[in-house]
Amino acid sequence: MNTKHKMFVWMVMASLLRRRSRMIVALLAVVVGATILSGLEMIYYDVPRQMSAQFRSYGANVILTPSGDGYINRGELEKCVAEFTDEELEGYTPYRYENTQIHNQPQTLAGVDFDSVLKTSPYWHIVGSLPKSSGQALVGAKAAESLGVKEGDSFSAVNTFEVTSDINTADIPSYEMYSDPETGEMYCDHSLDLTVAGILETGGSEEDYIYISLEDAESLTLSDRGCDIVEVSAAAMQERLTEAVERINESSESVSAKLVKRVTASESTVLTKLQSLVFIVTAVVLVLTMICVATTMTAVITERRREIALRKALGALNGSIIAEFMSECLVLGGFGGILGSVLGYYFAQIVSMNVFGSSIAFRPLLIPITIAASVLVTGLACLVPIKSAVDVDPAIVLKGE
Amino acid sequence: MSKVLELKNISKVYGDLHALDNVSLSVDKGEWIAIMGPSGSGKSTMMNIIGCMDKPSSGQVIFDGKDISKESRRKLTEFHRDRIGLVFQQFHLINYLNAVENVMVAQYYHSMPDEKEALAALERVGLKERAKHLPSQLSGGEQQRVCIARALINSPELILADEPTGNLDEANENIVLDIFKQLHKEGTSLVVVTHDPEVGEQAQRIVRLDHGKIVSDKKNELFSEKIKRRDTP
Repeated sequence: MNTKHKMFVWMVMASLLRRRSRMIVALLAVVVGATILSGLEMIYYDVPRQMSAQFRSYGANVILTPSGDGYINRGELEKCVAEFTDEELEGYTPYRYENTQIHNQPQTLAGVDFDSVLKTSPYWHIVGSLPKSSGQALVGAKAAESLGVKEGDSFSAVNTFEVTSDINTADIPSYEMYSDPETGEMYCDHSLDLTVAGILETGGSEEDYIYISLEDAESLTLSDRGCDIVEVSAAAMQERLTEAVERINESSESVSAKLVKRVTASESTVLTKLQSLVFIVTAVVLVLTMICVATTMTAVITERRREIALRKALGALNGSIIAEFMSECLVLGGFGGILGSVLGYYFAQIVSMNVFGSSIAFRPLLIPITIAASVLVTGLACLVPIKSAVDVDPAIVLKGE
Repeated sequence: MSKVLELKNISKVYGDLHALDNVSLSVDKGEWIAIMGPSGSGKSTMMNIIGCMDKPSSGQVIFDGKDISKESRRKLTEFHRDRIGLVFQQFHLINYLNAVENVMVAQYYHSMPDEKEALAALERVGLKERAKHLPSQLSGGEQQRVCIARALINSPELILADEPTGNLDEANENIVLDIFKQLHKEGTSLVVVTHDPEVGEQAQRIVRLDHGKIVSDKKNELFSEKIKRRDTP
């Protein structure tokens, strides 16, 4: 760098550093704009993740069912859910339904995995608690009303099934078995004593069932037959879910996967609308920032008309003055962009915590984008005032007229 | 003696106002001319035309034998940058650059900044010790001396000063006039626009303007006597 270039750089830096009070005003305008821009960028790119998490509260978005009359066994289930990554998979819950008799009335029992059920059905409202050990049940509100049970009550569920050769009769007490006098076939009335741990309120069909653990269901039926249905909750966009569902359907003959359209479709619609909104707000902020920076820079540059006139009187050509002033603006834009990127992250964090109730993911790629946008906007905003300022007549301005 | 500058039948008209009306003037190399006159007499207009910051409505401006009155703004800028040093009544220093940097700005636009040369120019006006001070830390007289150092730095053929002592007290006025005397002794051509008779009397030749016309153009007898006294042992 020769002395001329060094002098150029020094003049630009001296103007910024030694005119601090003036430059702080201009910098503030740039920083405010860059902060909002950076914050909105982060929100824009984080909205799918945030919304996906929000939509998980509406329950599962993929349902697995057996293709034919069979059931889904554990091995098949593990293979199907492996189509989702660990980051995507919020949880999955297998259900198996059994028809039983309680208080001599028919009642459907559902065996579930209580460890995962709230991940796929987070909207469940439980009065009491989830069953924590064997022999406890979660009773749907309607079923509880029909049976006349409440939290802490006990009842017995009786399962009647034909004793076939594939059932180990050693597990069945003799008093539970009897034979049909007409056909001679052996039947069993296997019972399970249950205590009500909690009452389930959803406002939906879930209130008709009594939920017990999968282990209790196996114990009641003396059969590890697999499950009837699996609810999967995955944090992914509709395209990705569709792709995973197609892969499951292609790879498994015994399992059929389906999207829960009312969840995935509305998630996609809301997401598109929300992203459009953030995009429009970002564009408006960008324009407002440009106007704000342009106004501030017009004031700052107008204040320096005398200096511009002097430089012209000393022999500066217009291009040279434009280069000097534009460099100041670009340094200001760059520095404002750096500060704005940092502050924007905190701004986005506050917005995210207030709106979505969770923190925002930091995206390093947005820093150079914010700085570049800040430099560009500041440059454009400064161009007009600089171009009009270099048209000053030094003879008039230096005479103080 | 060869001429540095020649104005031939220069007029400058603003609407109905004739700021300069058919004025002719020549400046010899090494000559010190004072241009005097009341406010509105056309002094500033003449200075702007000599300083290539304005163009005449008619007439010729001949610098070193070359007519520059029809040149473009850009050419005029280059021309005055290379040949004319300007001294202003209000000093016009860049407030965020220190004294030596202010001098170097003139070098920057002319050729190549050189801090040693800029310090030498400040030493010439007795301000080397104040080189690193910002204009706000300098007195009016010191600021004017920085302004003169800036005008001298590119070794111009002509120093053009507009009311150079207009904002100074008597002590600083004398310092500035002493610098001009020294420059004149070294052979620099000086055109000083002033309405202060004391400043005007220091010049070799006094040109008086009124209503855009030259009303007198005389050798300064006092100047000749001073030179005679100075040169007599």
